[in-house]
Amino acid sequence: MTLFLIVTLNGLTLAALYFLAASGFSLIFGLMRTVNMAHGALLLLGGYVGYTIVDATGSWGLGVIGGGLAAAFAGAIVQAGVLGRMQGDELRQTLASIAISIIMADLMLWYWGGLTYQVELPDALAGGQRLPVLNVGYANIRLALMGFALVVGIGLWFLIQRTRFGAVIRAGVDDQDMLRALGCPINRIFVLVFALGGMLAGMAGVVAASALSIAPGTDLQFLLSSLVVVIVGGMGSIGGAALGALLVGLAEQYGLAYAPTYGVVFTFAIMVLVLAVRPQGLLGKAEQ
Amino acid sequence: MKQALILVPLLIPPLVLNDFWLTQVATRSLILGIMALSLSFLATYLGVVSFAQATIAGIAGYTIAFFGPNSVGIGVPLPFWISIPLALSLAAISGALVGLIARRSRGIYAIMITLAIGVAFFYFTRQNYTFFNGWTGFSGVRAPEIAGVSLRDPLPLYLVSLAVAALALALVSGFVRSPLGLTIQAVRDAPGRVLALGISVTTPIVTAFAFSGLLAGAGGILNVWYQERVSSFSVGLGPIIDILIISVIGGLRHPGGAFVGAVVFVLLETFAVDLIDRERFNTLIGVVLLLIVIVAPGGLQQLAHDWLARLRAPDTNEKSSV
Repeated sequence: MTLFLIVTLNGLTLAALYFLAASGFSLIFGLMRTVNMAHGALLLLGGYVGYTIVDATGSWGLGVIGGGLAAAFAGAIVQAGVLGRMQGDELRQTLASIAISIIMADLMLWYWGGLTYQVELPDALAGGQRLPVLNVGYANIRLALMGFALVVGIGLWFLIQRTRFGAVIRAGVDDQDMLRALGCPINRIFVLVFALGGMLAGMAGVVAASALSIAPGTDLQFLLSSLVVVIVGGMGSIGGAALGALLVGLAEQYGLAYAPTYGVVFTFAIMVLVLAVRPQGLLGKAEQ
Repeated sequence: MKQALILVPLLIPPLVLNDFWLTQVATRSLILGIMALSLSFLATYLGVVSFAQATIAGIAGYTIAFFGPNSVGIGVPLPFWISIPLALSLAAISGALVGLIARRSRGIYAIMITLAIGVAFFYFTRQNYTFFNGWTGFSGVRAPEIAGVSLRDPLPLYLVSLAVAALALALVSGFVRSPLGLTIQAVRDAPGRVLALGISVTTPIVTAFAFSGLLAGAGGILNVWYQERVSSFSVGLGPIIDILIISVIGGLRHPGGAFVGAVVFVLLETFAVDLIDRERFNTLIGVVLLLIVIVAPGGLQQLAHDWLARLRAPDTNEKSSV
């Protein structure tokens, strides 16, 4: 029973991370129809920059913000410099973002080397907590991670449902041409949303580097999880990203605990099952 | 068939090239070209870009390694005339399964799903030791020997690869003119109308994927003979991207271009060491891909076409004025 509880908690932790990574991916896809294959690379960049900042200043909070900003900046450059020029040609955008992700991954390998990095935790997050009711010990950082994902999720919901900027994004998802006709500077909005998605990825990278660790290859791992999460949850829907992340995170941890050789198969089976029953994803809108 | 003629001058290289050029450059280009052809075929005639082609090639490669001589002591040795058809059928079946999973998805959705399939398979081979021997995979895989001649020797491997490439191109051009091939193209252009005519959309899609799986499998078999090993790295993101890059360089919508792209890719890979640090090859290939996507989205084949058309244009103008 204890094992089951711990595995469930681990699954929730992983789901929180996956949600942080996938929400930016899904946001970008929902508005621009761009499959940003460089999303994993942005996440890794955020993680590395966050590590470097924490290493230099000793402040974890600064690291998370710095990592997020670095990835946001990189994301904005990617959209403004390359992908924005091919708006509407989705295949070309996908290929270009793959090229960018290859270049970024290689340059990061050059600069940071092939080492595994783990961000040092502040005192408040180090150590563990004896959980009431469940009566199992659990690492503070992992609990904080779940809290962080909740805050980000609610924040995103608020931004998209309750602010003017969010209204513009929602309008853009529904009818881009109309928005353009109304005189909305849609290209600037695209760059902003890309930066926002990059920011989420970058922060997820720093958090991943704190709760777990990061190394070359982490980018691929999170790109895959983001892909599966949005395929399962529904593309372009934040709620879908949350639901997909929960399913995938839990499935992965249960798989690891109870069938170690076939852990990946669970994730994959969920994806195939959802595709067979609801190709647009659990909470996605049908493709036009 | 016209495209298969591209391959005829390729009978000359063995006469003039040394073993390094023949094996490392010519044969490798052919093998990569066959795998990339399986992707270009899908992209051209079904309009779907699949990232699972390296995976399917890997499945064929793993089959050959598992049912053949290898140095890790896993698997059941079978004679090659059983293991080769087995590998090809498994590749075609895997292709059909990928098609079945992705059948309702088009464009970027299909890319995401096939990429997820490919990467999931990569992680699966790392976790599974019963069939895939985990991280390390199979080494010491030997190509069959016929009448005392190993197919791994430079000249036989080159000729076999060339023959397979020619056959693959001929099969593609024959297949796309068959009724089924035409249905596939109809599904690409107007799935709704095909359905309205009372023709199932699923069958053509799955068949197209199975056929491309067969091509990828043939490339995968040659590749495992060439590399003499197959491991999780053979189905990782690296090979997936390599095949994509080759197709894009040659032109995604030009099946024959796959071989042009393969030659460019292999030459870059072989000689980039002299230009830049070997470690930075990925940056170079990333930049090449980015440039192609930005400057010539139709690939080199399309670029050559356009140039030729431009060269010819003044001539036709003169004729029309006369």
